[in-house]
Amino acid sequence: MASRLLLKTLSKRHRISSTPFPFLSKSSGSRSASTLVLAEHEGGSIKAQSLSAVVAASSIGENNSVSMLLAGSGSSLLKAAESAATCHPSLSQVLVADSDKFEYPLAEPWSKLVQLVQQQGGYSHVIATSGSFGKNILPRAAALLDISPVTDVVEIIGSHQFVRPIYAGNALCTVRYTGASPCMLTVRSTSFPVPPVSGDLKSDRAPISQVDLSTLDEDSIGKSRYIKLLSEDTERPDLGSAHIVVTGGRALKSAENFKLIEKLAEKLGAAVGATRAAVDAGFVPNELQVGQTGKIVAPELYLAFGVSGAIQHLAGMKDSKVIVAVNKDADAPIFQVADYGLVGDLFEVIPDLLEKLPEKKMST
Amino acid sequence: MKIMVAVKRVVDYAVKIRVKPDKSGVETQNVKMSMNPFCEIALEEALRIKEAGLAKEVVAVSMGLANCVDTLRTSLAMGADRGIHVEAARELIPLTVAKILKKLVEVENPGLLILGKQAIDDDCNQTGQMIAGLLGWPQGTFASKVVLDKEKQVVTVDREVDGGLETLCLDLPAVITTDLRLNQPRYATLPNIMKAKSKPIKKYTPEELNVEIKSDLEVVQVTEPPKRKAGVILSSVDELIDKLRNEAHVI
Repeated sequence: MASRLLLKTLSKRHRISSTPFPFLSKSSGSRSASTLVLAEHEGGSIKAQSLSAVVAASSIGENNSVSMLLAGSGSSLLKAAESAATCHPSLSQVLVADSDKFEYPLAEPWSKLVQLVQQQGGYSHVIATSGSFGKNILPRAAALLDISPVTDVVEIIGSHQFVRPIYAGNALCTVRYTGASPCMLTVRSTSFPVPPVSGDLKSDRAPISQVDLSTLDEDSIGKSRYIKLLSEDTERPDLGSAHIVVTGGRALKSAENFKLIEKLAEKLGAAVGATRAAVDAGFVPNELQVGQTGKIVAPELYLAFGVSGAIQHLAGMKDSKVIVAVNKDADAPIFQVADYGLVGDLFEVIPDLLEKLPEKKMST
Repeated sequence: MKIMVAVKRVVDYAVKIRVKPDKSGVETQNVKMSMNPFCEIALEEALRIKEAGLAKEVVAVSMGLANCVDTLRTSLAMGADRGIHVEAARELIPLTVAKILKKLVEVENPGLLILGKQAIDDDCNQTGQMIAGLLGWPQGTFASKVVLDKEKQVVTVDREVDGGLETLCLDLPAVITTDLRLNQPRYATLPNIMKAKSKPIKKYTPEELNVEIKSDLEVVQVTEPPKRKAGVILSSVDELIDKLRNEAHVI
């Protein structure tokens, strides 16, 4: 088997000598695929979440040549393209769309761009991570191409068969895409984790090429304008990719008390999460919400304090490896998914934990 | 200006769903159905815009089986002026819904289209983006604040994005999809429920609108997610720290 793969590798490398051959994946699919990954970049590097779309792409099939599409303008785009070129062994090409129109990730120009690049490249798959960027852009691009996309894929079974959660994760639906190319997906980043040592994995650099934008259809571009982004600056690890998440619910009672959660998170080197109740009550900003409509997390350790465990919250965290629940109410549904439960007052438990937990070296 | 709102009938959000034994789907017979929570928010927002004097009429649209009319009646009871029901024999996928909506937009000419950001049954989060793409209208998805400027014919939308809140300005006509924090939907009062019975609901079929119902997605099977193994209830913080360190090895 190994020698056959090697042969294929060699013959392909020979044929298209300018394109480094994509890394062979362990996947089941056998048809050759060509995948376009829509990626986000910030401050000159690829966002970590976008890399999970590359990981997903590499599990679609053997002989999958993966191209990454980056858009933006100026030097930060070029810097991001350089870092993209070596970001993952399966990447065989970086496409760059350099224009003021892509300065912000607006859906109108981006969807036209995807349509254009698809027409130029004839990809079999188009993938984005299902964050707010991918969810905003990919369905619009899919409609322009008259294709039904598949949202929030958690498992790739074959080149056209995928598993995705429905009903807040209370059922898993296996779907087969039967339409024309490309097959379009957004993938859940926690299901396609990026290996931690992604630093200098790739010895050869994928070629970077500019997208020819001369035929970009500019209808509807310019009908939306970016005004601003308000974001909370935080030193803590990103909620979506943290190894430990500490979450607080309504029982914290106030924003002031919520600082207890933050203190504990600091001690553990963890990210802070919240339930809808805590966000609606104004304890924390909305981007910390974990659940069906907030962020989906799957850390090594999830600590829930004063969280009842509504269906909608469980949808966002029940794939965590180890779940700990602290709640006064012994009948709270959260205890049904918790590996370790502690029935007690969080205002006593958290200070106790703060005192007894060892100082943690930051692992992120 | 006219606002069109799309509403979907789904299994009530509080119901613990059951997967059918033959793995063909989720049990929906004899299960409580309601309006999708995000659609309620979409409708509420449309009604508030109308009440602020910025829109003349709110039209609620639903498509699917005959019983979608119940959901439309709820919309009318909340305050929508009239309803449109596109009756289809089976569940429709987002692309088809978007195509039907496009036809209805051509008939009705609304200045604003508001939808929920996702239906809580299929969790797709696609229809609003797709209809915006098909119409060539700008989109403001995951909206938590909507400010309409009638004079300038623009709408400013605060969007809930991964890193915080993003503000966009869209030319009208536009498509907006609603996030949970946009507003608190009202309850329909009994007099309004009575009044809703006399409000008109226009019927169409997809054929009449020249939309072909086809699907490029096939459900292979629907299964239950793996169950987590039962956990243990501990008695003290010391025990918890011990378990996390020596049994789970996570700290």
